[in-house]
Amino acid sequence: MTTLPTPDAEALCAALLEQMRPAVQPNTVMIGVHTGGAWIAEKLHAALGLKTPLGTLDISFYRDDFARVGLNPQVKKSTIPFDVEDAAILLVDDVLYTGRTVRAALNEIFDYGRPQRIDLAVLVDRGGRELPVAARFVGAKVELRDNQSLNLARDPGGHLSFSLVEKAKGVS
Amino acid sequence: MNNPQLNKNGELTHLLSTEGLPKSIIEHILTTADAFASVGDREVKKVPLLRGKSVFNLFFENSTRTRTTFEIAAKRLSADVINLNINASSTSKGESLLDTVDNLAAMQADMFVVRHAQSGAPYLIAEHLIRTGATHIHVVNAGDGRHAHPTQGLLDMYTIRHYKKDFTGLTVAIVGDILHSRVARSDIHALTTLGCPEVRVIGPRTLLPTHVEQMGVKVFHDMAEGLKGVDVVIMLRLQNERMNGALLPSAQEFFKSYGLTPEKLAHAKPDAIVMHPGPMNRGVEIESTVADGKQAVILPQVTFGIAVRMAVMSIVAGN
Repeated sequence: MTTLPTPDAEALCAALLEQMRPAVQPNTVMIGVHTGGAWIAEKLHAALGLKTPLGTLDISFYRDDFARVGLNPQVKKSTIPFDVEDAAILLVDDVLYTGRTVRAALNEIFDYGRPQRIDLAVLVDRGGRELPVAARFVGAKVELRDNQSLNLARDPGGHLSFSLVEKAKGVS
Repeated sequence: MNNPQLNKNGELTHLLSTEGLPKSIIEHILTTADAFASVGDREVKKVPLLRGKSVFNLFFENSTRTRTTFEIAAKRLSADVINLNINASSTSKGESLLDTVDNLAAMQADMFVVRHAQSGAPYLIAEHLIRTGATHIHVVNAGDGRHAHPTQGLLDMYTIRHYKKDFTGLTVAIVGDILHSRVARSDIHALTTLGCPEVRVIGPRTLLPTHVEQMGVKVFHDMAEGLKGVDVVIMLRLQNERMNGALLPSAQEFFKSYGLTPEKLAHAKPDAIVMHPGPMNRGVEIESTVADGKQAVILPQVTFGIAVRMAVMSIVAGN
């Protein structure tokens, strides 16, 4: 497999924004998944001019691997500063892979109320789904090996960038 | 010292005492509790972390509040909770503590929350579980004798951090019956570990443990002196049963010297907070105007206690 260039996070954000713009309704609200998804959501939320404040989710309490790995040592507070009931939610994350994070996020959102609809927006869809989950808005589709991952970082100026991380063989 | 609270990777697998808990673990518990605090404000006050787990509340000594907050915490984590009031049960039929534990382990228990009048009972249970290979069962101490009440200590730390943000500049006074108080011991250990530079204990000589200074606290017998300039006042319950012995002349006498009144509280910093682990004896260790006053954070302590217990149970269950 040839090594692909690391995707440009800022350019993908701009592409995502243009896809999402026509979909905004009066009852549209936005939720970003900690941590990368929340950074992207901050940008999209501002650019789309959404009136309701941005929500953030830390899905640690809803993960399906708790029995295997225990509690995330850096769990943050989920903040949903609006009524989820009948809202049209744009759920934002950085990388869509197995779909397990999205499953956890959906379960958590429903503990706040019953939304009218939820659409998923991701910067990168890297395939490899283990659950029937699909994103409505996708910045780019990227093929990665199992031992590779894309990590999003934000510099002090708010600039987002991906780095490609390769795990050594035999280390999970 | 052998610390059965931690597994071989140094992770918290039982919570038995705040003594010997590394600072990083205490801070992890407090930060995790922060994330759980908002669950109580939601439409569905539950997260699925401990779904399908069985939590046994083993209360060999009565306590409505502690048992209730543990029960709520476990239920908000989606665990199944079984309350056993063992006072009235097996022990009266002669079953030994460890036989009771073995029987409950055979019922596929996942966690024991233990309150016992005997200091060290939760240690005995934890060590027994380790010895018998039942390492998937976790023990949380809900108060043992005069020894420790770690979740109360941790919720006190959560409360102090909530209102004062940082421990490194604080002076904290613990007032009253230090001798019989497991809360005082748990608070002192946690405060010291978190870097609180000055912990004071205030009480009559008869209600202070001998050599209490060795725990790194300053001892005062006078409220005006001891409360001078403090940021946090932790009042302890004067246990009625102590009144019968020779330790105290009377409740009125105690109130006169050590009961927290607005006049005595005025010696503390103007923004000092007043805490109490409950249940309060109004007019014995605290006057109603203080207990219901602006500086009291006694009811928030109860609310924070649920989030802290959720954090503790989910962390030990995951390790």
